Amino acid sequence: MTERVWKILVESFPKILLPGLRMTLPLTAIAFVLAMIIAIVVALIQFARVKGLSQLCRFYIWVIRGTPLLVQLFVVFYGLKAGMHMSPFWAAVLVFAVNEGAYCAETMRGALEGVPAGQIEAGYCVGMSYTQIMRRIVLPQALRTAFPSLSNGLISMVKDTSLTANITVAEMFMATQRINARYYEPLALYLEAAVIYLLFSTALSWLQRWGEKRLQSLGGREARHA
Amino acid sequence: MLEVRDLKKSFGDLPVLRGVSLQMRKGDVTAIIGPSGGGKTTLLRCINFLEKADSGTLTFGGRSYDLGAIGKRDIAAIRMKTGFVFQSFNLFSNKTAVQNITEGLIIARKMPRDQANAIAMRALDQVGLRDRADHYPSQLSGGQQQRVAIARAVATSPEIIYFDEPTSALDPELIGEVLSVMRDLASSGMTMLVVTHEMRFAREVSSRVIFMENGSIVEQGESGPFFAAPREARTQAFLRTISAEK
Repeated sequence: MTERVWKILVESFPKILLPGLRMTLPLTAIAFVLAMIIAIVVALIQFARVKGLSQLCRFYIWVIRGTPLLVQLFVVFYGLKAGMHMSPFWAAVLVFAVNEGAYCAETMRGALEGVPAGQIEAGYCVGMSYTQIMRRIVLPQALRTAFPSLSNGLISMVKDTSLTANITVAEMFMATQRINARYYEPLALYLEAAVIYLLFSTALSWLQRWGEKRLQSLGGREARHA
Repeated sequence: MLEVRDLKKSFGDLPVLRGVSLQMRKGDVTAIIGPSGGGKTTLLRCINFLEKADSGTLTFGGRSYDLGAIGKRDIAAIRMKTGFVFQSFNLFSNKTAVQNITEGLIIARKMPRDQANAIAMRALDQVGLRDRADHYPSQLSGGQQQRVAIARAVATSPEIIYFDEPTSALDPELIGEVLSVMRDLASSGMTMLVVTHEMRFAREVSSRVIFMENGSIVEQGESGPFFAAPREARTQAFLRTISAEK
């Protein structure tokens, strides 16, 4: 590699990393928190088989999982922008939350159904209400089961935020494209961006492992080793 | 203190309970025995509303309830005064032994934590598991789990405890410890309705025995005379099969 390329890489590193810290990470964090809220609500509605709402949730999951994320971004940003006055960032947050929410809802529903029904009956028998049982017994266990899959979703989302360059969010990938437009070193620059995405994903993997350990120390999963 | 009249329940077209009536006095320990599929477990589950009965009357705590049309609030009120021990223990796997017991006290009964903990520890003591208080269910043997489940039922000071085949899921060598806890409980005066395949328990501990088959009560009575001289031919046949197996 020539000295010129090295210089470009060193100079551009903070210029790619900074949008990563300022856009990619906040976008991911906010969207994922909202996605979790959507997922839990949707999963609980389906778990409780609430008439009408249940069907609505199935429809939501069907539509979102059946259409590309990029198309959803375009529909919201270019299609609905006129009426909504949304910044690209918040349009992206909306789309990612709604999109990830659909996938996580299915993960959560599976995890809720994995909690033995006998524990719900036992909850009733000690006098607890449905809400108390869900909050204290079923949801904590389901979250523990779902944790690895949900972490998958989070890591995917960090990488998928690169799609938002298409709707003018000034995140890492767009920054890389701009720098490349000036120097034209696509291989080196896009590899550099890839490395930064990899750093982010690695940090999240560590976070996942730490989270799993913590959940384990809270009990419930030792059955496998016992 | 508890009376069930003409309890009926079908699963689809299949009648499981064909009009069952029974009575319990305070301090009674009643064993329900009979062949599998006879409706014993369903009877217990209907009385505690884990299954919805089609029709029948429950009299409990001086009030009568229509089992086919009872409301949520009445169900919740009755459950506050009853305990239930399951065949498969059904401990909350995300809670320790002591938390399994305090959950119903703190969350459902709004008891202060200290008081709930004291009661829970006493209940664990009663079943010989004080030293396992901080263990999770997955760290306990089946027999220990069932003893915690019994402690969980006892701790809420119920007027009656229902047991649904409490030893059927246990390895043979673990059955003894659970039965001995139940024996202690019986001698302390607890009212117990026990679906069981343990004939020794029915014979030695229970004061009354109900024999059920095909969704009906065939015969019931004081356990002494019941085992010594069963009146019905089907009861005699069942008891013969059981003793031949032993």
